[in-house]
Amino acid sequence: MNKILRFLILILFVNLPVSASIDLYEFKDEETRGRYTKLTKELRCPKCQNQDIADSNSPISSDMRREVHRLLLEGKEDSEVVDFMVERFGEFVSYKPKVHSSTYLLWYGPWLLVFIGALFIGLLIRSRSVSNAKESDQALEANNKKNVEELLSQYSKENHKDK
Amino acid sequence: MQRWVYITPLLIAIGLGAVLFTALGKDPTKLETARLHDPLPAFSLPALLDKSHTLTEQDLKGELALLNVWATWCPSCQVEHEYLNELSSRGVNIIGLNYKDERVAATRWLTKLGNPYKFIIYDEQGRLGFDLGVYGAPETYLIDKQGTVRYRHVGVVNHQVWQGIFMPLIEKYQLNN
Repeated sequence: MNKILRFLILILFVNLPVSASIDLYEFKDEETRGRYTKLTKELRCPKCQNQDIADSNSPISSDMRREVHRLLLEGKEDSEVVDFMVERFGEFVSYKPKVHSSTYLLWYGPWLLVFIGALFIGLLIRSRSVSNAKESDQALEANNKKNVEELLSQYSKENHKDK
Repeated sequence: MQRWVYITPLLIAIGLGAVLFTALGKDPTKLETARLHDPLPAFSLPALLDKSHTLTEQDLKGELALLNVWATWCPSCQVEHEYLNELSSRGVNIIGLNYKDERVAATRWLTKLGNPYKFIIYDEQGRLGFDLGVYGAPETYLIDKQGTVRYRHVGVVNHQVWQGIFMPLIEKYQLNN
């Protein structure tokens, strides 16, 4: 029982989130360290599909982290760091790709599809209500016709009675 | 009017399907180079086989060249190597970029497997590789006579890649100059 308990506790600790990379970088202040953390989370590892460089074990990610650190120490702005990486590895490495003629479809495509979908639904509703209106008009007419016919037959009956 | 309301989504679905179909089969891990049509980044690195000799980007001008990024830790590079030997024996100008490797091991490797390179840049730290946008090995760049990057291939260069991709580009850039 004791063994099982200890094993379970061990598993518990193994499951705590651990940073993939244990780089020991020094920063002149907490603000810069914060920028480093943010930037490494916003840059994508070019070799691994969909991991950021903070998270990835690959050598290229470790190189990129080293460069981010060096650039921040040199006093570069966040945007300059991202530009530096994009210059070398392309827009793919930025989780926030620039709005460029090549990325219009990426940025605006979904909105376009939503718009077309809404248009389609709108038109569908309108055509339904138009045909519903037609139906109720027809029903109304039929009803009116029936009423008139009843009245007429009543009237002619009464007339015949009188005569 | 009614008809269009039903046909339009179908057309859009077909159109979207066609666009997405063209992307089928393309390997998403192979990125286009961000350095396309840029001049080769400036560098100053030793030659692999001659420590005393320093190479710069100037050494890659004057002749159309393949710049092959390789390392002894890269198994695919070994697979590709035989074909590079063949290309070289046919007169193709290939320059090596030994990327984040170890000089002794790399030299031994070439002695064992053959040396197809006109010369080899020893990029121990991978700095030239980083500036070029190398993110793995093997990669092969096409550099024109002016030292401009004209193409980057990710993965091994074999007969299909050579015939289908590089030969048409070489023809194009050979003439342009």
